[in-house]
Amino acid sequence: MSTGHGRGRLSNLTPQEVVGGLLLAGIGILVLDLVRLVVTGELPLGRLWSYTWNGIVDSLYIGLAAIGLSMTYSILRFANFSHGDLVTTGAFSGWTVAYLIGGLGVADLSSRLLLRADGGAQPGSVGMDVLSAPIAILVGLVISAIVTILVALAIDRLVYRRLRDAGGIPLLIASVGVALALRYLIAFVYTTDTRIVVASPPQPELPAAIQSVVPMETINLHEATLVISALALIIGVHLLLQYTKLGKSMRAMSDNKDLALITGIPTERVIFATWVIGSGLAGVAGYLIVLDRGQITINLGWFLLLLIFAAVILGGIGSIYGALAGSLVIGLTINLSLVWIPADLNEIAAFTLMILVLIFKPDGLFSGVETA
Amino acid sequence: MSDASETIDELRAKVTDNDLPQWATDLLLIAAFVAATFAGFAIVGLLTGVGLNETVGFMRLVTFFAAVYALVVLALNLHWGYTGLFNIGVAGFMAVGVYTMAILTASPDGSPAGLGLPIPIGVIGGMLASGLVGLVVSLPALRVRADYFAIVTLGFSEIIRLALLSGSLRSVEVGGTEYGTGGGSGISYTPVDSVIPWLLDVPGIGFVGDQFFAIGEMAGIQSSIIQSGLYTGVLIAFVVLFYLFLTRIAYSPFGRVLKAIREDELAARSLGKNTDRMKITVFVVGCMLMGLAGILWMGSQSRVNPDSFMPIVTFYIFVALIVGGSGSNTGSIVGAFAFAAFLWQGPRFIRSIVRANVDVRSPQTVYDAFLELASGDPLPMLGYVIGTLDELRFVLVGVVLIVLMIWKPDGLLGHRKELAAATDISRRPTATDGGETDE
Repeated sequence: MSTGHGRGRLSNLTPQEVVGGLLLAGIGILVLDLVRLVVTGELPLGRLWSYTWNGIVDSLYIGLAAIGLSMTYSILRFANFSHGDLVTTGAFSGWTVAYLIGGLGVADLSSRLLLRADGGAQPGSVGMDVLSAPIAILVGLVISAIVTILVALAIDRLVYRRLRDAGGIPLLIASVGVALALRYLIAFVYTTDTRIVVASPPQPELPAAIQSVVPMETINLHEATLVISALALIIGVHLLLQYTKLGKSMRAMSDNKDLALITGIPTERVIFATWVIGSGLAGVAGYLIVLDRGQITINLGWFLLLLIFAAVILGGIGSIYGALAGSLVIGLTINLSLVWIPADLNEIAAFTLMILVLIFKPDGLFSGVETA
Repeated sequence: MSDASETIDELRAKVTDNDLPQWATDLLLIAAFVAATFAGFAIVGLLTGVGLNETVGFMRLVTFFAAVYALVVLALNLHWGYTGLFNIGVAGFMAVGVYTMAILTASPDGSPAGLGLPIPIGVIGGMLASGLVGLVVSLPALRVRADYFAIVTLGFSEIIRLALLSGSLRSVEVGGTEYGTGGGSGISYTPVDSVIPWLLDVPGIGFVGDQFFAIGEMAGIQSSIIQSGLYTGVLIAFVVLFYLFLTRIAYSPFGRVLKAIREDELAARSLGKNTDRMKITVFVVGCMLMGLAGILWMGSQSRVNPDSFMPIVTFYIFVALIVGGSGSNTGSIVGAFAFAAFLWQGPRFIRSIVRANVDVRSPQTVYDAFLELASGDPLPMLGYVIGTLDELRFVLVGVVLIVLMIWKPDGLLGHRKELAAATDISRRPTATDGGETDE
């Protein structure tokens, strides 16, 4: 859209370059100010570390969801607004199973089946933390992925398959419809109440060896579970896409669907794999967010969706490493910005950054790195 | 929805078989659709024992929502239907208009305080502010590709809502007075519908108004209901103004370029049209109309808070536009009415019908409802469904959106999309001898 500007003009600076320069200068000033704050002791190192750590935790669950969104965006070629509600689906289905198993014999079936919709089955009394009910929570994690995959495949068959050739905007609009229907079907069963479903996390002291490296004395085991599960999944997806034929087919398809068809790539099977990987990761992300935050609500994924989009767009659509890098930028932005601005403005900082980067580099920071 | 679609088809067949001008047939079409719907609701309501008062109240709500939705949908139709700009930040632009109006007109003694200016200045100020924000948004947004444009506008709308919600802007002290947005609790101001008593003092209009009040008194309707009815009348007048204004734009040379941008921007540009400037202009005009629509909608309450501008509001407006068919102003109004009557208030009407006929109690959870259903009593399940109807209504909206996208992406009146070309080249009969007659 900016073809009217640029090369060969008298002025060498395009508006993009001006915005990009200002953006870099702004980031430079903030980094210098950060150094000044730390040196003068206005910002204790411990607080800076806790912001950074929270940023990494946030970026990991945003990243899990962003991989799926980026994959569907590049292979099915539409902005999937129902992706956030796949995150919600994973959260509700996974925790329901965790309660069914973990609360066996402790709480009555109806409170466990409906995730405390009637207020029964206190998380503390059921023992909903990773030390008291490790098996229940692990099974819940697996089930959250499986149920979300099944739901996504059913939606694809019912809705998106009929619209394969419809173009980006009709698919986007249909995905808004899917998002609404899915979210409020969940609300029909589980009610719209926000509730606590996870007990307070165990916080054991870290071994002295680790304490000397990072400025943390205790570790929140739920956050640690989130970080380890997310990293394991990300590495798994990396290996899968880098070293199998599936990854190659996906790269081919996101590059040119017709050419991929001619070459004999089974495009429907690639789309199937895309949904399995993308929605599975989204479901796990939802499950882990609840493990970290402790509370569950039907708007969980919907409120997260714009941040996920911001991460995908920052990284450049079509590149899962871009999506991960974008998630890191977004996660660090919403936490490190707390050094300068109040907490209720941090998402504004993330969205502003997204918009500025879009002007500066309309194809995202990592466009050109086509890695499926 | 298919019923509504068939009804419209029949109506169209009836009203297009004459020599009336386009706008008159369209007016007839809308009026017939509204009348048929209301007659249907009245008959169903009276037969099922809902009662006259509740049915009339229902129709009043439908008319109000249809009018306010029609205003925003018409404005959005200028963006999406005519120009092809996929703006999903409508709620944000409405918020700017309403908040500016609120701050300009709120009482100087209030908390947070306002400037205490008269309402017309507040309305104009709100429109200008929406337009200004639209200009700021359009500069970066129009540089990126179409699907990014959608996300950028959504991002801006969330930035606006979060800023209004934030504690930092809650109250700002200027010269000893606390101004600001009031954060989550919002800001209170003089409602826009206080123009009604003022209008009633104008000699000509006042006389007509008195007749309404006299008739109302005879029928036993309270004067406050008549007043709000009169405000709905003002809204309908604005819908007509919007319609005339947008139709005027659509048939102007400027409007033809807009449609050309929608169909093929590169072609329009290569014909020497400055599409960038036209997109910015049309974006700003649409945003001003959205601001005005927001003021007329939310302004009739006396308090506004950021929760009224969640992104979901934008999607309701899109649903209404798509139901009616984007690209047609008449379709926009029909869509807004169909949305208000069938998707928005319709499920509540069904709830009234059920409550008037069956004594239902709602069990606490769906689990209890299923238990009772299994033991052979379907009433608790019905009660649960009725109790959660507000949630199920969203499911209905979602399903309608999906069904429309799969089977009828043009909406009810989408086939009337106005094309950029004076003649429709794509529908030229193929039976002619190769179009050689041109030579």
